[in-house]
Amino acid sequence: MPSTASEMFGLIDCNNFYVSCERLFRPDLKARPVVVLSNNDGCIIARSEEAKALGIGMGAPYFKQERFIRKHDVAVFSSNYALYGDISQRVMDVLMHLEPDVEIYSIDEAFVRLPAGKQDDLENWGRFLKTTVQKHTGIPVSIGFGPTKTLAKIANRFAKKDPAAAGMFVISEQQPLEYLLTAVPVDDIWGIGRRHAARLKKHSIHTALELANCADIWIRQQLTVTGLRTAMELRGIPCITLDKAGPAKKSICTSRSFGQPVHTLEDLQEAVATYTAQAAYKLRNKCLRASVIDVFIRTNSFKKNEPQYCSRKTFTLSAPSSHTATLIKIALASLKAIYRPGYRYQKAGVLLNGLVPENREQLCLFQTPVPGGETSLMNAVDKINRRWGRDTIQSAAAGLDKDWHFRQMKKSPAYTTSWLELPIVKASFPESFSMA
Amino acid sequence: MNKPLRIKKRASIRAIFPAACRTSLHRPLFLSGVSAGFPSPADDYLDRKLDLNEHLVKNPAATFFVRVAGDSMTGAGINDNDILVVDRSLEPCNGSIVIAVVNGELTVKRLIKNKTSCLLAAENPDYPDLEVDEETPLEIWGVATYAIHSL
Repeated sequence: MPSTASEMFGLIDCNNFYVSCERLFRPDLKARPVVVLSNNDGCIIARSEEAKALGIGMGAPYFKQERFIRKHDVAVFSSNYALYGDISQRVMDVLMHLEPDVEIYSIDEAFVRLPAGKQDDLENWGRFLKTTVQKHTGIPVSIGFGPTKTLAKIANRFAKKDPAAAGMFVISEQQPLEYLLTAVPVDDIWGIGRRHAARLKKHSIHTALELANCADIWIRQQLTVTGLRTAMELRGIPCITLDKAGPAKKSICTSRSFGQPVHTLEDLQEAVATYTAQAAYKLRNKCLRASVIDVFIRTNSFKKNEPQYCSRKTFTLSAPSSHTATLIKIALASLKAIYRPGYRYQKAGVLLNGLVPENREQLCLFQTPVPGGETSLMNAVDKINRRWGRDTIQSAAAGLDKDWHFRQMKKSPAYTTSWLELPIVKASFPESFSMA
Repeated sequence: MNKPLRIKKRASIRAIFPAACRTSLHRPLFLSGVSAGFPSPADDYLDRKLDLNEHLVKNPAATFFVRVAGDSMTGAGINDNDILVVDRSLEPCNGSIVIAVVNGELTVKRLIKNKTSCLLAAENPDYPDLEVDEETPLEIWGVATYAIHSL
């Protein structure tokens, strides 16, 4: 282990993030078990501590648990990504305000890098970060510090699991790692996937300590250089740096299961047009254009007694585009080519590939841009939809009824992103206090 | 479009208008022409436009908008259906208008602090105040900084 005090990494992780977002404007849910469902209300993707204590599993299909959930008065929410996205951004903003080096790792996790000097006061600084994020955004977080990103991840796990840690745990360079690493199974190490974990277990390597103690050559043979990097990180040698830019997007996919099976071409067309429009919007947000568009449809493979069909068509554009109408036209032509009547379709999707940066035309200083160009039209549409809400202006091909639309029966309001759905604060005493 | 659009019967559309793109808004690139003589006296004072966000929202990450339901705060200039700007980063002090959690609900009140206890006061004689002592823990959700209502 390096002996000199060097920089430290921290992992900040929002506790049961989706549940915490749902509770933010619903203080009445504070002690109640809460679960959040995946898109289409399929399975459980987030649980409060109370729900975990009831034994409700992660990823459990909702319909199987529905009775149990009702019996235990569990509050159930469809996923509300508008809300989670907004709150996530707030959490990251607060972090970035306090620490300059932040890597947003996922919607609810971020790495920070602390300069070497901050070590001594790590405990206090961590508590300050934690309370500030909680106070400003209302979201409780856990923090783990370590000399490498992999160890920071492990520290975060201890911060969550060990009640004595109270949401924060520091793995310092001085402290012996052996004791801590014995408690971490290989499956729980950041960067060790399921397949690698199985291989390690076959060789009787079950804990992080056992992996850290393996010979480099052997690790490299078994787990390639990424595995070796992980092992080095477990030994306290930083090998994975902070990635502030995030990985470049290689493709954009919008696909969803339908609320109910769809069989007509017309309904599929609406769905595919809607997904294409959403994907094109994401594309423009990232200042990209797509050169390949993939459309796919499939039936429900779980329904063994129904006829099965799935197909996909790839189309390469002559010139990369991010223009909704252009992309919809191609997507619908592809759909028409692969559609077969007589099936009950369960899912459709659009995948945009071959992404290239938008060509920024250099405008002449004295020339007014030509109005009605496809870029300015799309800019105007995006601006209106941002201002007045999604689908204020949409392609008519995307349909107005959206019968096929996925199920979201229990969605909470868009508290922070719609003027019409703001949280309500009472300016009247509740019944029980009116007599006081 | 070559073919007319097919729109399902249940959709509530009364009419479809073609987009007329004949009007355009020309914005000047220069406020005053480049001249060899005197420049416009206003040019030196050209400034950015005023953004209300800057005035109302000091800490965007910690600021939330909420809507008021009820008239217990009319004395403080907060009416039913107003929008409040709430800053969670502020420390509530004596006299602050706060969003407090009362009986599991978000409630707007004026916080009156004295040495031993505090009071969640209504600003309307029709409503009683709520005494908060040490036994009832007081949870403040945020501090309201502005009320927005139409006149």
